[in-house]
Amino acid sequence: MFLGTLVYGIVNSVILALVALGFNLTFGISGIANFAYGALYVLTGYGVWILLNEVGLPLFLAAPAMVVLTAMAGALLYRVVLIRLRGMAISEVIATFGVGLAVLEFFRYLGFIGFEYTLPPLLDGSLSIGPVFLDLQRALIVIVGVTLTGVLWLFTHHTRLGLAFRGIAQDEHTAMCLGIHSDRVAMFSLAFGGGLCALAAVVILPIGTISVDAGYDVLLEALAVCIVGGLGSAVGVIVASFILGLAQTYTAMYMGSHWMMIVTLVAILLILTIRPSGLFGKQKELEERI
Amino acid sequence: MLYLLGPRALPLILLGMGIFLAPPYWKKVLVNTAIFGILALSWDLLVCTGLVSLGQALFFGVGAYIAGTLNHYWGWPWWVTLPTATVAGGLLCAGILAPVLRLRGIYFAMVTLVLPLMLVRIIEATKILGGTEGLSGLQTFPSSWVELVLSLAAFFAVLFGFRRLMGTDYGLVLQGIRDNDRSVLSSGINIHWFKAQALFIAGATGAFAGAFMTHTYMFVGMPVFALDYSILPIAAAVVGGMGTLAGPAVGAFILIPLSEVLRALGALRIVIYGLFLVVFIVALPEGLFPYLSRKYHQFERWVEVE
Amino acid sequence: MEVHPLLQVQELTKDFGGLRALDRISFTLNQGESLGIIGPNGSGKTTLVNVITGFLRPTGGRVRFRGRTISGMGPHRIARLGLGRTFQMARPFYHLPAYKNLVIPLFSPRVRRLAGGRYGDRDAVAIDLLEEVGFERDSFVPFKPASVLPHGYLKRLELARALAIRPELLILDELFSGLSMAEVSSTVPIIEHLQAQGITLIMIEHRLRELFRIVDRVIVLNFGRKIAEGTPAEVMESEDVKKAYLGSE
Repeated sequence: MFLGTLVYGIVNSVILALVALGFNLTFGISGIANFAYGALYVLTGYGVWILLNEVGLPLFLAAPAMVVLTAMAGALLYRVVLIRLRGMAISEVIATFGVGLAVLEFFRYLGFIGFEYTLPPLLDGSLSIGPVFLDLQRALIVIVGVTLTGVLWLFTHHTRLGLAFRGIAQDEHTAMCLGIHSDRVAMFSLAFGGGLCALAAVVILPIGTISVDAGYDVLLEALAVCIVGGLGSAVGVIVASFILGLAQTYTAMYMGSHWMMIVTLVAILLILTIRPSGLFGKQKELEERI
Repeated sequence: MLYLLGPRALPLILLGMGIFLAPPYWKKVLVNTAIFGILALSWDLLVCTGLVSLGQALFFGVGAYIAGTLNHYWGWPWWVTLPTATVAGGLLCAGILAPVLRLRGIYFAMVTLVLPLMLVRIIEATKILGGTEGLSGLQTFPSSWVELVLSLAAFFAVLFGFRRLMGTDYGLVLQGIRDNDRSVLSSGINIHWFKAQALFIAGATGAFAGAFMTHTYMFVGMPVFALDYSILPIAAAVVGGMGTLAGPAVGAFILIPLSEVLRALGALRIVIYGLFLVVFIVALPEGLFPYLSRKYHQFERWVEVE
Repeated sequence: MEVHPLLQVQELTKDFGGLRALDRISFTLNQGESLGIIGPNGSGKTTLVNVITGFLRPTGGRVRFRGRTISGMGPHRIARLGLGRTFQMARPFYHLPAYKNLVIPLFSPRVRRLAGGRYGDRDAVAIDLLEEVGFERDSFVPFKPASVLPHGYLKRLELARALAIRPELLILDELFSGLSMAEVSSTVPIIEHLQAQGITLIMIEHRLRELFRIVDRVIVLNFGRKIAEGTPAEVMESEDVKKAYLGSE
């Protein structure tokens, strides 16, 4: 019982981390809080569903195709909208929020509600860890989560583009002086964030149904993890998703699933009140509080 | 004289005509518009102080629930619950947000986004205040005239009151906090205290809108914390012009009737709000009101200047 | 009764992450004195001002104003005690007319207390203040929006803003930076006038020639440390200072 909760708590934590990685990457690099993030997530879900059931593509083509398409949607969001609003944080938030709202509610309008909107799991079957049974899809989520974190670390520390990302994140003007194209990097950051978001959607959505409301929840969860961990901090995201993931699972276990989201939201409020820069964010502390 | 008075009197005259000529259905719409206008003004007052809220539904919902609870459990009449909800709502909102007053920019926005959602889930989980069912059968206004006149009067009182307030030295201090808070701090002014006051004013205004709506629909429930009440004020302000106070009022009078016209489209309405937000913030970031007033002032004066 | 110096800075230390921006700085300042703080870029001058005025919390040490510990207080409370400051970057309220810029600081509780519980006519006081810092009274200049004023006027507006709360100690953070020679020489008499009124001054400055005409005593900072203190002449003789400014070796 306790062990089972722990295993599912860990899976839940990895899900949170996966969901938050893309949001955090975008914010960490370009300082854009992409409030259309949940919409990108749901967009991927429905996109894959449409490709599978309406177009008839096999899953191994549909999923990568949607990851690429969502990444392009992220880039497009930057090229068309955000590029005109750079530096005005509030306008960025309102604009991305507006885009997200339009996309999500459009799906609701088209009638994408119901239990038939599910994605087939990438892996079938289950394995047992001691007395606990775990389906392979959840195991896959953990594997993808761990691999992705590793790959991201290698990417940001050892490739040109990754280093450019970190350069922009530290000081945009200096990076520009060194010949880094700030607009292009910001666009890449949104595309990457979108791609990661899509990847998360492809592996996570098979364990539930795709719904419009999931879009709002995903945005909130990504925000929660990033705020608790410290916006833009990679270590923070991982630690925070474990704190929140385990806390969520145990509350769901002992108090009912109604309380799961409340725990998350309370965590956001507590952290913002006590330590607005999050557990691991340092640089922003000066700017955000006087 | 006409040059100055014209733009101010025109909407009043049109509205006055509207009151008498409009069919009952559109009177209801007018009430709705005034209420959303008030909510949008309360949002804009916070913007003038440099606080951007993504959760105006918090103020709205708090006011709605206070009025609903007082009426439902204790049977207080509407003319008691309205002022009570206004003051208590303002205090409550300022109290809830007081710990995060140090936050600025998107951090404050995130808190306000989270709060109404959290309250909804708490009500859902604990089943207090009617839980998911809500409280229904609340007292309504004695006649649709009272409702209409009261809502419009409140709307104009808030609009002109806020405009006047922003012109006073007190209002200048609030705007100073938005423009350069360090400079205001170094003058020995406690910006957190001033922000708390702004929150109280905005909270009370928003709570009034919520309480009014409660009595209009004779119902209060979880939808009062819904995203609509957070998005519409922002959309109205962005369309009309943020930080001008007149802008959100204009925006509300465009968007709410428009949304009634589009009622047949159902969920697509929110899509349209979303697109409105994006299009206006990208294409006309200053908003309609500043744009139009700039164009208006480019006319030759209508009066002889001695 | 013990008489306290106006400002005592004791062992003040400030760390940013691993970087020590201020390293055990100590000095005292008596009523009516004028102190200059100089040092190369990045030596911690502005950090020192920010810590003294409460915008940053010190890592160690303390600041006392009239014997009362002020480190740890919020900036607005420190300002109310009579510590005024200007900012290096003058960022006025651009859309407001120049004199309305001063209405905001004149809303300070300190102003009301000094005036015996009343604010008085803020607009009139504001225009008087502007005249004091060299805005032409009978012109349109005080009524122009700050956004159209030239840099020299903005700097003086910033000075007037700090003066509005009638400070006992005024900290000027690079008031002269970006001003032309003519503007500097017209600003120096304004500052000398303030000294004559008995206002204690701390000036952070790169224009040493003008600074040394104004101040009695100078502190030199380098890499967060105080490397010299004394009269302008003494300081310029110091080997450490020469090294700091001209590079070692």
